[in-house]
Amino acid sequence: MSVETILFFILAAAAVAGAVNLIVQTHPIHSALSLIVVMVALAGIYLLLGAELLAAVQIIVYAGAIMVLFVFIIMLLNAGKEERTAISRTATWLGLPFAVVLTAVLGWRIAMAQPGPMAPGAEIPGTTRVLSQLLFTNYVFPFELTSILILVAILGAVVLAKRDF
Amino acid sequence: MNGFLANYGGILIDLVKVVVVMVVLLTVVAYLSWFERKVVAHIQSRWGPERVGPYGLIQPLADGAKFLFKEDPTPEGVDRFVFFFAPFLALALAMTTIAVMPLGPQVEIFGHPIWLSVTESHVSLLVVFAITALSVYGVSLGGWASNNKYSLLGGLRSSAQMLSYELSMTMSVVGIVLMVNTFSLRDIVEAQRGGAWHWFFLPQILGFVCFFISAVAETNRSPFDLAEGEQELVGGFHTEYASFKFAMYFMAEYAAMVSVSFMVSVLFFGGYLSPFPDTPAFHWTYYLPAAGGVIGGLALAWSGLRYHTALGRMILPVLGIVLLGVGMVCGLPAVMTVIQGPFWLAAKVFVVLFIYVWARGTLPRIRYDQLMAFGWKFLLPLSLANVLVTSWLVMLRLPR
Repeated sequence: MSVETILFFILAAAAVAGAVNLIVQTHPIHSALSLIVVMVALAGIYLLLGAELLAAVQIIVYAGAIMVLFVFIIMLLNAGKEERTAISRTATWLGLPFAVVLTAVLGWRIAMAQPGPMAPGAEIPGTTRVLSQLLFTNYVFPFELTSILILVAILGAVVLAKRDF
Repeated sequence: MNGFLANYGGILIDLVKVVVVMVVLLTVVAYLSWFERKVVAHIQSRWGPERVGPYGLIQPLADGAKFLFKEDPTPEGVDRFVFFFAPFLALALAMTTIAVMPLGPQVEIFGHPIWLSVTESHVSLLVVFAITALSVYGVSLGGWASNNKYSLLGGLRSSAQMLSYELSMTMSVVGIVLMVNTFSLRDIVEAQRGGAWHWFFLPQILGFVCFFISAVAETNRSPFDLAEGEQELVGGFHTEYASFKFAMYFMAEYAAMVSVSFMVSVLFFGGYLSPFPDTPAFHWTYYLPAAGGVIGGLALAWSGLRYHTALGRMILPVLGIVLLGVGMVCGLPAVMTVIQGPFWLAAKVFVVLFIYVWARGTLPRIRYDQLMAFGWKFLLPLSLANVLVTSWLVMLRLPR
C-alpha cells in the first residue's frame, strides 16, 4: 500500500468517525467539534487529490470561519446538554425505511462504479490560475450573483442588529 | 542499504528537516521567554532573570522543569476532554505554520540538492492563513471548557478579536498577491530579489503597517492582549490552567509570535534574501555570518572571563568559544553558501521579535471597545484601500 492509500484510509476513518460522533454527542460544543474534524479530514482528502487550493479554502472558510461562528454562538448562548428522547414516530415509519433504501442504493452504485480517468487539470501546478480564469469567464454570472447574495445577507445582518426592539 | 536510501531517501530527508526545524523552533520559543523578560526588564530599569546561570541563561530550563513537576489540578465541573485537548491544539497549530515557510533557497548538502524548507506548496500563503484561522479554537475552547466566568470571557474576547483582525490581516497581503500573481511564499520571496530596495515593505507600506498591527492582535500580544487582561479577567482564558497545560499555552503564544515574525520577514522584508544586491562588488557580505560569529564569540568569551560569578566565568567563555567555532565553520566555502539564506532570515526574524517585545515594554493595553473599533473602522478600510490602490497601479503597468 502506498503512503497515499494509508493516509486516505486514516482521513476517511476520521471523517466518518467525526460524522457519527456529531450525531451521538449530546453537547452542542462536542457536536460542533466533531463537525470540525469532518471538515479538516475532508481538506486532507482534497490535499491527497492534489487540490491544494481547495483544501486551504475548505479549512479557511468552513473550519476557520463558519465553525468558529458556530462555536462562538454556542458559547454565547451558553447552550447546555440536550436531553435524549425516545425516537419520534415519523422517524420510525418514514426515516428508517428511507435510510435503508438510501444505503442500499448508494452501496449498489459504489460497488458498480468503474474507476474513471483522472480529472484533467488535477496535477497542473497553477490550479489557482485555472480556477480563477474559469470563475471570471465561464462562471462570471453565478459568481457575481453569489457576491450580491452575500452582500444582501450582510445588509440583513446589519439591519437586524440595528433594529430597536 | 543503498536500495533503502533510494526508496526512502526522500522521506528520510523530510524527517531530518522536521526534526531539525522542531528542535530549533522549540529552543527559540524557550529562549524567547528569557529574551522577552530580559528586554522588558531593561526597558523598565530592572535586571530581569539573573540568578539561574550567567545572565539568567538557564532560566528557561528551570522554568521547564518547574512546569513539569507542578501539580496539575482539574477543576470541578470542567469539560474534561476539551479542557485537556485545547492546549494541545493551541500548541500544535502555532507550531505548524513554520512547515511552509521558505527557510532558504535550494542548496547542495553533500551533493544532494535540498530545498531549505520543511515542505513546499504553491498555495503556502493560504495554508498559513488556514492554520491561523484554526488557532482561534485553542484559546476559545480552553476558555469555555474551564467552567469559569473569567476564562469564558477571556476566550470569547479573544475569539472575537482574532476573527476581526484576521480579516484585515488577510486583506493586507492581497496587495502582494496582486503584485506577484502567486500564493507561493517562495515565489513571493524570489520576486524581492536584488537588494533591500526591492523588498515589498516599500511599495506595500500600507499593507505592511496593517499586517503587522493585525498580526500583533492576532497573536493576542500586548498592546492587544485583552484575552488575558489580568486587571479585569484574572488570567483570561488560561486562568484555570496549571503545570504543563499552562506551559503549552505559553509556548503556543511564543510559537505564534515566531511564525508571525517569519511571515513579516518573508512577505515584506525579502525572507531569506540578503539586503545587498547579488553582484561581485558585494561578495564580501557572504562573510558577514562568519564575522558575526567570530566577533560575537570573542566578545562573549572576553566579557565572560570577568563575569561576577564563578559559574559564569566557566560557562560564558565556553559559550563564546563555541560561537567562535560556529562562526569559523560558517566561513568555510561549502557552508557559507548554505548558511546565507537561514542567516538573513534569522536576522530579520530576530529584529521583528525585538519590535514585538519592545511594543510590549512600552505601549499600554488598549480598551476592548477601542480594540474592536480600531480593527473594524480603521485597519479593515485601510487594508481595503491598499487593495484598491495596488490593483489600480498593477493594472496601469500591465501590457496592453
